Parts: sequence; structure tokens; C-alpha cells
Amino acid sequence: MIIRIMGEGQYRAPETLCDDLNQIDNRILDLVEEGKADEFRKELSKLISEIKEKGEAIEAKEILQSDIIVPPEDLSIEEAKAVFKGSGIFEG
Amino acid sequence: MGLFSRIETVFKSKMNKLLNRMEDPRETLDYSYERQLELLQNVKKGVAEVASSKKRLQLQRVKLVQNTDKLEKQARDAVVADSDDLARLALERKAALAQQVEGIDLEIAELDQQQEKLVESEKRLSTKVEIFKTRKESIKAQYSAAEAHVKINESVTGISEEMADVGLALERAENKTEEMKARAEAIDELMEAGTLEDLTSGRDEIDRELSKISSQSNVESELARLKAEVGKDPEKVKTGEEGTDERKEV
Repeated sequence: MIIRIMGEGQYRAPETLCDDLNQIDNRILDLVEEGKADEFRKELSKLISEIKEKGEAIEAKEILQSDIIVPPEDLSIEEAKAVFKGSGIFEG
Repeated sequence: MGLFSRIETVFKSKMNKLLNRMEDPRETLDYSYERQLELLQNVKKGVAEVASSKKRLQLQRVKLVQNTDKLEKQARDAVVADSDDLARLALERKAALAQQVEGIDLEIAELDQQQEKLVESEKRLSTKVEIFKTRKESIKAQYSAAEAHVKINESVTGISEEMADVGLALERAENKTEEMKARAEAIDELMEAGTLEDLTSGRDEIDRELSKISSQSNVESELARLKAEVGKDPEKVKTGEEGTDERKEV
């Protein structure tokens, strides 16, 4: 399974990691809804360090299509809310 | 739907736009590379501007500290000259300046941190853009060969993902520099206005009253301290010492 951490490159991770990531993703979803910025930050950086730890970094030269795309670590809760509203974090 | 899937949807729609534009991927790749270079240049410029804003703040801090020293001296002179009102005025101003210095310190520390982060991401992005350049040439060559169509499509999807990612990362870095620049400029302006006129401007009534009360009691104890140091008004020296002690405890 290939995971892209936005702005940081790609990682090859075992399929089993997907369940763990899904759980964290659901927690993040709740935290964004509740507007808990600090905990949101913590979960997001936990998620990303998990991927970096259990995955194997893919060299930047190799450009592949990802199965999962993970938001950048410095995503703010406001940006995350914007993503749910459908306006996204980026223009265009 | 979780954050991942939402990000992915947003991201993929951006990618699709890129892919749709790819009637001749060679042109799109060149265009995208030019665009990336342009953005990277902007980020670099931004980093330099943030650094100079920080420098300005540091200079302003030095100026404020100098003024604080000057006001302390003026207060002392006023005490010697038996002019309590004047001494009080000088000490009040000094207290307000000290608050400003604290504020500037916080801002400088924050700018420092953000600058570091920005420089780091700028480096990372430069590498990415460089790699993209090489990769772009090989894709163009592959495309021109037009032999393995399926393979080309696969690489094109991968590369459009990479393009979208580099582009978005640059966009964000650029937005961040803009924010920081705007903030640093705003602080500059506040400082300029603040040193000249109303020292407590930009805060609400309650804050202003509260800080007035606290700086007044500070001012009184400082006044007493000066008097004690200068050896004036022995009756009040005692209360003055109490005041100084209180201040030390805080």
C-alpha cells in the first residue's frame, strides 16, 4: 500500500496498517467536529509518525500513484474544517 | 467520511484538472515546472522578507530598551528635583515600554520558529522541484517514443499526483509567508504608532484600565524605590521598601 503524506513524499506501508490508520482517522474526524484543536494536532502528528515508523520511505525519484493521501502535518483545524465544508484547503 | 477520504477527494479533483489539461503532457509538464519555479522564487523572497521584518523588530526592541533606560534616568532626575508628578509620568511610560518589549520578544520568538520551518520546507520543495525537472524530461522522452501507451498513462497519473503535491505544498508555503509578512508589518506599524502616541492603543477598555491599575501600583513602588536610592523623603522610604519587596516577590 502506498501512502502519500502531502508535501513530504510517499511511503510503502503494510496493508495491516490501514485499520490502525482508519481508527485514528475516525478520531480525527470527531475532534474536528468538536473543534478540539490541540488534540486534533496530536492525533494528526501521531498518525503521520505511525506511517513514517511502520512504512518504508519511497525515494523521491520514484513517482507512483498513491492508495491513500494523508494531509500535511501542519494542517490547522480551520483548514481541516474547510476540507469538510468542501471548499478544500487550496484554491482552484 | 474521514479526513483522509475528504483530502483525497479534494486532491484528486485537483489532479484531474491537471490530467484533463494534459492533452499534450509534454507542454503541461513544462508549464507546471515553470510555475513551480515561480512559486519557489516567491517563497524564497518571502523567507527573506520575514527575516528582515524580524531584524526590524529587533532594532525596535533595542530602541525601546534605550528609551526605557532614558526614562529611568529622567525619573531619577525628577525625584532629585522633588517633582513627583514628573517622575510618575516617566515611570508610567517606562512601564508601558517594558510591556511593549515583552510583546516584541514573544513576536520575535514566534517569527524565529516559523522562519525555521519555512526555510526547511523551502529546502524540501527545491529538491522536489529539481527531481520533478529530471522526471519530466524522462516522461517527455517516453511519451515521444509512444511505444508503451499503458505505461505512459500510469506514469502520467503518478506524475500528476506529484505535480499536484508539489504545487499545493508551494501554495501553502507561499500563503504562510504572506501571513507572516502581513503580521510582521502590522506589528511594525503598531510599534511605530505606539512609541509615538497612545502607549496602550489597540486594546479594549477593560484591559487598558487593568493595566493602568497594575502599572500605577508598579509606578508607585518604583517611585518609592528611586526615592530611597536617592535618599529623599525618609518617611516614605519605608513604604517604598515594602513596595519593592512586593515587586520582587512577584
